[in-house]
Amino acid sequence: MALDLSPFDRELLGSAHGGGAAFAMRLLVRFAEAVDARSFIDIEAAHIDGCLYHGRASLDFVERMIDLGGKVRVPTTLNVGSVDLIHPELFVGTKADAENGARLMRAHLELGCAPTFTCAPYQTAWRPRFGAQIAWGESNAIAFANSVIGARTNRYGDFIDLCCAMTGRAPAYGLHLTENRGARAVVEIVSIPEDWDDEQVAVAVGHTIGRRCGGLVPAIVGLPSGLSEDALKALGAAAASSGAVALFHVVGVTPEAPDLETACGGFTPELRLQLTAKDLREAARSLSSATDGASLGAVSLGTPHFSIDQFVRLMPLLGGERPVIDIFVNCSRATLEELRKRGWEERLSAARVTLVADTCVYVSALLRANVGTIMTNSGKCAYYAPGNLGVEIAYGSLAECVASARAGKVVRL
Amino acid sequence: MSARAFDAVTLVPGSASGPVLKLDEPLSFWGGLDSATGTIIDRLHPQRGASVTGRILMMPGGRGSSSGSATLAEALRLGRGPAAILMLERDAIVVVGAMVAAELYGLTCPVALAQGQDWEALAASASLTLEAGANGAAISAVP
Repeated sequence: MALDLSPFDRELLGSAHGGGAAFAMRLLVRFAEAVDARSFIDIEAAHIDGCLYHGRASLDFVERMIDLGGKVRVPTTLNVGSVDLIHPELFVGTKADAENGARLMRAHLELGCAPTFTCAPYQTAWRPRFGAQIAWGESNAIAFANSVIGARTNRYGDFIDLCCAMTGRAPAYGLHLTENRGARAVVEIVSIPEDWDDEQVAVAVGHTIGRRCGGLVPAIVGLPSGLSEDALKALGAAAASSGAVALFHVVGVTPEAPDLETACGGFTPELRLQLTAKDLREAARSLSSATDGASLGAVSLGTPHFSIDQFVRLMPLLGGERPVIDIFVNCSRATLEELRKRGWEERLSAARVTLVADTCVYVSALLRANVGTIMTNSGKCAYYAPGNLGVEIAYGSLAECVASARAGKVVRL
Repeated sequence: MSARAFDAVTLVPGSASGPVLKLDEPLSFWGGLDSATGTIIDRLHPQRGASVTGRILMMPGGRGSSSGSATLAEALRLGRGPAAILMLERDAIVVVGAMVAAELYGLTCPVALAQGQDWEALAASASLTLEAGANGAAISAVP
C-alpha cells in the first residue's frame, strides 16, 4: 500500500517550511517506504544520537542542514559526543579527533538542539510523559523511554532521528502503534542470588534477555516490585547491548504491565524462559574477560550516565582509604551542576574520582594507551569496551568496583 | 552469450553496472565494513576480507544495529562503496545511507529489490547492469 501524505507532509516536501525540513522529509519518505509505514504521525520530542564523530559524512549531513537554514521543530536533546566540552583537558586522542568531535557537537546546537550531551535524557528535565510519541536514538534511552516511562519510539538511528526532529514527524509503524507493544516472550525469574543488589540482578537479567529474546518484546515476571529506576536503566542498557531490545515489560513494575495479561496485549507468547540464580550468575560471569585478582588500570562507572541517586549510593563507599587507581564516573552536565551545588565535587576528587561529562569513557579517548584492564558495574560498558577500546574488562557490583579501585586489582566481595 | 533481463523494484533510483558480490550471510555495515577501504571486517562473516568497492552488492537483507547508514554513506563518499545494492527485503538502513550519499555528494548507489526466483541466476552472472527509475527497475545480466 502506498504512503499517505498529509497536507502538512506535502508542505514540508515542497519547502514551505524551509530547505532543511524539505531535505529531511525527502529522506523520511524513503525511510517510511522501506519500513512499509502507511502515514506519518506528529512527535513531541526527539533525542539525537548523532554527536559521535565517525567520519566526515555525519558532519557534512548536519552542516548541510545548517546551510539550508534548518532548525528542529520539536524539543530535541543530544546524546553523548566524542569529547567532554566541560573538561577538554581529559582528552588524550589526536588534535584532529578532538576538533572534529567538538565541531560535530556544536553543529547540532546551531540546529536548535539542547546541549544535554547525555545518554540518560530521561533523568533530566527533558523526560517525556507517558504515552508521548517521540523519535529517539541511543539504544538504552529508547529502551527506558518505551519501557519505564511508556513513551513511544522506534529504534531510530543514523540521520533519521535528526530528520524526525527537523520535521516533527515520524513514520507510523512499530512501537508507535499500540498493537505492536504487547509482549511476545515471557521471562520468569525463578530465583536470584541472595547476596546481589538490584542493579546486579538487573544487569544479568537484561544481558540474558538481549541474547535470548531476539526481536521479541519480553514480559519479565518475578523481579522485586521495588526495583529502582536506576536498576531498570541498567536492565534496558544491558538488553539493548546484547540484543535489539527496544521495549520490555516488568510485570507489576513498568506502566504498561500491571499484570501479565495486560503486558501481553492479547498475544500468546511465542517464547517462554525460566531463569534461576545459577543462570544469572553465569550471565554476570560472561561479562568479564579478566580473571578475578587481575591487575586493574582504571574503574569506569556511569554507562548509562550516573544519576544523582547513584552518586548518593557511591559517596559512602568512598570513605576510607584512597583508591590506588582512577575511578571515572560519566554523568550529564545537569548532574555535574547538582554535584557542585551539593559541594561533592571536591570530595569525589579527593577520592580519586574523575568526573566525565558530555561523553563516556567507552566512546571517547580518555584513557592512556596500555591502560590495561578496566572494571565497571555496567553491563553495557562491559559489552562494548573490549571492542571499542581494545581493553580487557571486569564486571562487578558498585561495591566491588570501589573495593577493586582500592586494591588495584579485581576484588570480589 | 547474450544478456538476460530481470524486473526489480526501485528503492533508491539510479543506474550502475559492475561485477557481482553476493553475500552468503547478512552484513551490518556498522562494525562490519571498513568505510576507508570498502573491505568486510566482521570477524565472523564468511566473506571477511572481500571488497565491496565497485561491485553490485547482493545482500538478501540487512542485519541488526540501527546504525550503519553513516558507514555506507562514508564509504560512498570515499569512493569505496558498492556500485549498487540488490536486496530481497526492504532495509531502511541501506536505503538511508544511499540516499544521504546521493543528497550530499550527488553520488549514485541505486538500491533495488530483486525477485526471489531470479536471485541465483543474478548471483551466477559475471556482471550486472541496474537501471532503477521512478517507475520500476530493470536488471540486465551478462553470464
